[in-house]
Amino acid sequence: MTKQEALFEYLLRNADDSLILGHRLSEWCGHGPILEEDIALTNISLDLIGQATELYKYAAEVEGKGRTEDDLAFLRLEKEYKNVLLVEQTNGDFGKTITRQFFFDHFEHLLYEGLSKSKDERIAAIATKTLKEIKYHLKHSSEWMIRLGDGTEESHERVQESVTDLSRFTEELFFQDEVDEILIKEGIIPNVKDYRIAYEKSIAAVLEEATLVLPEKDGNSMAEEKEFTLNIWVIYWPNCNICREHIQGWNGKLITNNECLNYELCSLPIRNS
Amino acid sequence: MTVEDIWEMLEDVTDPEVPVLTVVDLGVVRDVVQLGDKQWKIIITPTYTGCPAMQVIEDDIKARLSKEGLETEVELVLSPAWTTDWLSENGRKKLEEYGITPPQDEGDKSVLFGEKPLIPCPRCKSKNTRLVSQFGSTACKAHYQCNDCQEPFDYFKCLK
Ligand SMILES: [Zn+2]
Repeated sequence: MTKQEALFEYLLRNADDSLILGHRLSEWCGHGPILEEDIALTNISLDLIGQATELYKYAAEVEGKGRTEDDLAFLRLEKEYKNVLLVEQTNGDFGKTITRQFFFDHFEHLLYEGLSKSKDERIAAIATKTLKEIKYHLKHSSEWMIRLGDGTEESHERVQESVTDLSRFTEELFFQDEVDEILIKEGIIPNVKDYRIAYEKSIAAVLEEATLVLPEKDGNSMAEEKEFTLNIWVIYWPNCNICREHIQGWNGKLITNNECLNYELCSLPIRNS
Repeated sequence: MTVEDIWEMLEDVTDPEVPVLTVVDLGVVRDVVQLGDKQWKIIITPTYTGCPAMQVIEDDIKARLSKEGLETEVELVLSPAWTTDWLSENGRKKLEEYGITPPQDEGDKSVLFGEKPLIPCPRCKSKNTRLVSQFGSTACKAHYQCNDCQEPFDYFKCLK
């Protein structure tokens, strides 16, 4: 694997994390528990999608095959997305959304602080810019963890359930492979293994204040749960007007030939609205 | 046409979300470069990465300069990252008159559990106000309420 390939892959992974989480949060638009939170969640969503845009833009340039940031964001199949499982978990109740955000924000805060010192100027610029926004996200999710955890009996119980359920996905945030090794060696990315203790400490400090506890680690911490992403793609993929199925294997070319690829169900032309 | 003339034209371009501010007040315009006789390049930077106003700002800048028969290229840069320190003194004054509290010096607060800064009410100037939400009507604002006159107001939050 060349340095260029590793960089492309890394950018895509991080962009996918931001995009998927941003879209998950956008599902709250118009459904927030109170107006202020509706606005907060969609603002955070906007920041994340903004981050993703910058990362995809750079990834497209690194790849150099004429693809744009939109191509990378939207014209891939669901299995080709490289996001961590944490970010695609369904919103659940408000407490679950906040818990998912809380685990992610604390990680992202450490990661982007490291990336802001990258030897790659473009990554450093993107990270410096987004770090300022992440600080607000971190504050938001952490304050809510405390308010919900140390709130009523019901809020405590429900948010504790989400902590127990979602904490197993945090393991993956620290996974590394050849891509990371190449870029760490080049001084382009920090070694996230070095952040493990800091991460656990910053999580623990908030959880303690929130009277919440992490579950005991049980070995098989992360199951194969890739099915969730599918729920999101329905938003982007056009549905056939006749058979109502969302089109399998859509590759963007469909817009020009206007034909449903769901041959078995329907092969009638569709309108793209 | 001089660089100063161009800056003056840019004073006519306002932020679509806070129309009382020009893109110059906001510190979004970073540089003006002459490319040719009638060609100019304007370098801008976003306030927030996901700021949906950037495309509109770019179009508005081009439209303003084309009125003078000029061709404009707009380049978006991320570094150095925008900070509320770039908001002009004039811009701060305009914000306050408009009913939005300009960014206050929030000191070197820690991210979590930090001291809360005192945000004055733009209407009665009381510092007895409370934070309603860290996230307001746009990415750059927080939502406050005055405990004295009850005015709900936007605070242009600090970004450093
Ligand atoms: Zn007041």
